[in-house]
Amino acid sequence: MTVTAASSVASSRVVVCDYDRLSPELGVAALVEGVQIALFRLWDGSVHAVQNRCPFSGAQVMSRGITGDRGGVPTVASPIYKQVFSLLDGSCLVTMDKEPVAGAAADLVVYPVSIDNGQVIIDLAGGE
Amino acid sequence: MLSGAGREGTRMSNERIVVVGAGMVAHRFVSTLLERDTDGRFEVEVYGEEPYAPYDRVALTSYFQGKSPEDLLLGEPSLWDHDSVTLHRDAPVVAIDREARAVRLADGRDAAYDHLVLATGSYAWAPPVPGVDLPGVFMYRTVDDVARLREWVETRQRFFNRPVRGAVIGGGLLGLEAAGALQSMGATSTVVEFADRLMALQVDDSGGEALKRLIEKLGVTVRTGAATSEVRADRDGNAGTLVFSDGGEQLVDVVVFATGIRPRDDLGRGAGLGIGERGGVLVDDTSLTSDPAISAIGECAAAAADGHLSVGLIAPGNTMADVAVDRLLGGDAHYLGADTATKLKLLGVDVASFGDAFAQTPGALEVVYSDPFSGDYKKLVMTDDASTLLGGMFVGDASAYATLRPMIGAKLPGDPSAWILPEGAVERPELELPDAATVCSCNNVTAGTIRDAVNHEGCHDLGSVKSCTKAGTACGSCLPLVKKVMAGELEKAGLEVSNALCEHFTLSRAQLFSAIHVAELRTFTEVIERFGAGHGCDICKPTVGSILASIHNEHVLGGDRAALQDTNDRVMANMQKDGTYSVVPRIPGGEITPARLKVIAEVAEDFGLYTKITGGQRIDLFGARLEQLPQIWKRLVDAGMESGHAYGKSLRTVKSCVGSTWCRYGVQDSASMAIALELRYRGLRSPHKIKLAASGCARECAEARGKDVGLIATEKGWNVYVGGNGGFTPAHAELLVADVTDEEAFTYIDRYLMLYIRTADRLQRTAPWQAEYEGGLDEIRRVVVEDSLGICAELDAHMAHHLDTYEDEWKAVLSDPERLQQFTSFVNAPDTADPSLAYVEQRGQIRPATAEERASGAVLIAPARLEVHA
Amino acid sequence: MTAVPDTASSTATRVCALGDLTPELGVAALVEGVQVAIFLLADGSLHCVQNLDPFSGASVMSRGITGSRGDVPTIASPIYKQVFSLLDGACLVTMDKEPKEGLAPGLRVHAVAAEGDAVVVTLARD
Repeated sequence: MTVTAASSVASSRVVVCDYDRLSPELGVAALVEGVQIALFRLWDGSVHAVQNRCPFSGAQVMSRGITGDRGGVPTVASPIYKQVFSLLDGSCLVTMDKEPVAGAAADLVVYPVSIDNGQVIIDLAGGE
Repeated sequence: MLSGAGREGTRMSNERIVVVGAGMVAHRFVSTLLERDTDGRFEVEVYGEEPYAPYDRVALTSYFQGKSPEDLLLGEPSLWDHDSVTLHRDAPVVAIDREARAVRLADGRDAAYDHLVLATGSYAWAPPVPGVDLPGVFMYRTVDDVARLREWVETRQRFFNRPVRGAVIGGGLLGLEAAGALQSMGATSTVVEFADRLMALQVDDSGGEALKRLIEKLGVTVRTGAATSEVRADRDGNAGTLVFSDGGEQLVDVVVFATGIRPRDDLGRGAGLGIGERGGVLVDDTSLTSDPAISAIGECAAAAADGHLSVGLIAPGNTMADVAVDRLLGGDAHYLGADTATKLKLLGVDVASFGDAFAQTPGALEVVYSDPFSGDYKKLVMTDDASTLLGGMFVGDASAYATLRPMIGAKLPGDPSAWILPEGAVERPELELPDAATVCSCNNVTAGTIRDAVNHEGCHDLGSVKSCTKAGTACGSCLPLVKKVMAGELEKAGLEVSNALCEHFTLSRAQLFSAIHVAELRTFTEVIERFGAGHGCDICKPTVGSILASIHNEHVLGGDRAALQDTNDRVMANMQKDGTYSVVPRIPGGEITPARLKVIAEVAEDFGLYTKITGGQRIDLFGARLEQLPQIWKRLVDAGMESGHAYGKSLRTVKSCVGSTWCRYGVQDSASMAIALELRYRGLRSPHKIKLAASGCARECAEARGKDVGLIATEKGWNVYVGGNGGFTPAHAELLVADVTDEEAFTYIDRYLMLYIRTADRLQRTAPWQAEYEGGLDEIRRVVVEDSLGICAELDAHMAHHLDTYEDEWKAVLSDPERLQQFTSFVNAPDTADPSLAYVEQRGQIRPATAEERASGAVLIAPARLEVHA
Repeated sequence: MTAVPDTASSTATRVCALGDLTPELGVAALVEGVQVAIFLLADGSLHCVQNLDPFSGASVMSRGITGSRGDVPTIASPIYKQVFSLLDGACLVTMDKEPKEGLAPGLRVHAVAAEGDAVVVTLARD
């Protein structure tokens, strides 16, 4: 599939930034149609997108967490209370014996990411 | 009979225990009973004759190092607030009525008991020589004795305007302690001992000779084989001359008798209880006297297991107390006799002996090492085939004592001389402690108990072993040994010894530190490829980041290191609960000009930041958004300020008082010292945060003893204290070196901090590090002061590198466009602030809105309104 | 007994109104360039001594606590607590300290009197 510009694709797919703007293992936040998203470029060049909101504090900070892996699964740790989440499916792997804030699920929403023509594209509708 | 006076209190349905005496053993009895009597069966009345709650008599000498009686109090003061415990001070008991089961108080009242515990201790005994009651003659037993002695010496010193001449009669443990006390007050001291050697109970002739040489080197005069026949008065009627039975004389201004203690058994005698031939209330191995309603514990008791002799040590007293409690609760504990093993530090000289130290076992062999040059004397006593350890004796270097003492009765592998030759001369074999070996003598915990906790209670780290077994929870000196037993057991069970950092590194932090240092690695990628596996995590990445920063002192955001840092270090600010940050500029020593104060105020006002003074004498500005940090720091850096590293596992602040520049009591310039320290150690990355303080006099307004490193000014320089912590587990700092110059203080602190940085665990603060360091603070002192490991030059060079390469992290970031890119709110909308932030007003400033306030929409302050339009 | 210092070379200076003084609370005054401490005691008597504290070198005596030792009215230095007689300035309690170099341990006493509603000080000179 070839995507040339955000306007030419289904409205849920949005160009966020140039791939080169992402530093390895340093997350950034993006604001996509009013939704805050955390983007990570990992050691292997892959890019992952999850919700920026930390379920356990309610703050929009996941982009500032430390990336790593647990048993081969790429992860990000919340910078507030250090819960660890899978970047593959968003599941919370380590809760640190805490509960999410009222009304929040413990897991993160993951958004499909594609890279095309040096641009990072997120599919908002694909979030789960 | 005691029927006349009214009985105190009313009989409750509970059983009432009356404890006579409020010393260390009484304290142990009450705290153990409260802990174990979970059903609340008993209520306890404690009657003590001193005006204080139980205090640490063993530490009396520390009273001369400026401690007050309150500092010596034992345990938690809340013990005495417990509903079922009442402590009566100034309340001597004068008689026991066994028939009526009541004790008579000095004020005429009676107190009824169901069970009576005698813990009256002992009294200082002085030989009946003429002049023993002259002014200027003292005993050495209670806080009041010591306070009176101190006052006398200080008064006489002022009166004579020269050093006071002191003499101590008695060359045993207490006598040498008293001699040290006299010296610390500036008096000269002579120790007069009747026997042919010092510490006759603990060491043999050669040991006594070695001890005498070491002590004389410290300026104390020793006279052995000397009997005092009189203390003669001077013109004013004060003690003036010591007269010896051989006709010799010595001029004195103060005399301390430390000629032994006698059990206080008069209450038991008066009540017709069985009394030992050499004093002491006779007890069986359950701590019961000849009356089953009365127990006796500690120095007032003469236990069958000790040959019906009173023992003047604290550990056996504690054991008797534990046995008495166990029996009251229906248990079957036995007192098996005193372990007379002792390790003491007298005037800075280590003296230790254990087991059959005098080789009285038939056929016993003595293996002796004696070095007249260093003054060390060491001896092991072995069975006739030189295989099994029976006992030992150490004067000077007692480093092997802790390892060997629990090995009594066990086979020593290899050549026993390995243990007494100077450390490092011969490889010492690994020892496997027998199960019965006592590891923690304060709480009587054996190696077997620790192994049980590891194997059957699921205790796999030091913290859980401590809370499960109580080992190492009193004085803490056995913690390295506890750790070793635990680790050995985990290894045997095939369990991974839990010093692995995380799933990516099997090394501990200390091992990783030296590995990275030796291999000269500079990036995380290199480190994990070489020593780890996988891609790292939020545990190992910041640890490696901190180690790299400690070793190389390069910018925390340089190379691939930005991704290693926790969010605080990554953006060099402290993340708050709503994802915004607080900003803390460095204010060295808490000293700041009004002009800089004004800049901080303007920044806070312009960016709408909540402003609060911190406990570290600086100013915290809250509510700064990620993208505002560079703008805020530009203003601060332009005004000459720099990062305060409030976000780092690094030096935070050096708190100070104004010291001699302004204060009428200050004896040194503590503010200048604090500033010098803060500028010296700023930016130094470490396993955990480090806080320092400097006080200008002994009033200690900077609270230096609550800090990792604290300096307290003396007339001669500085006393340097180390290992103090606030936080979860507060600890008072302990004295590392006394009366040092500014330069010496820097040198020792440099080395102490570097040793900590190199060898501590991840997130381990100085207090637990110091407690768990093999050999404790004494060993650390040997390393950093005496250079016993030969690493001081390296530690010094490491700190010099830190000083040479320090740069302000924030200033460096402001001039680097690439790093500034990290400070954007949204990669695709850099001009938009986080729309989820919301604040309400409180006392004229902002604070984050609660969930309810957000829901109600009440008085919200949107971040857009806080935007700065410069 | 009232000490009357030699006033030959000094002039009487009106310092303040009597009503300005609170009993037992000292005030400092500057008389011909000299700092003095003035005390109105509970018995209505007026006393004036040098404001300079000989043991600290600070001009603070007016801020000390008044009291008595025996029948002698006293003032204690607020710095190191030495006690001085308000009658003749003698130092009664040195707290085992020495005065600052060049300073005598006692306080100089100046003449003070109420003239009508006015408090008038006449400096004692050498």
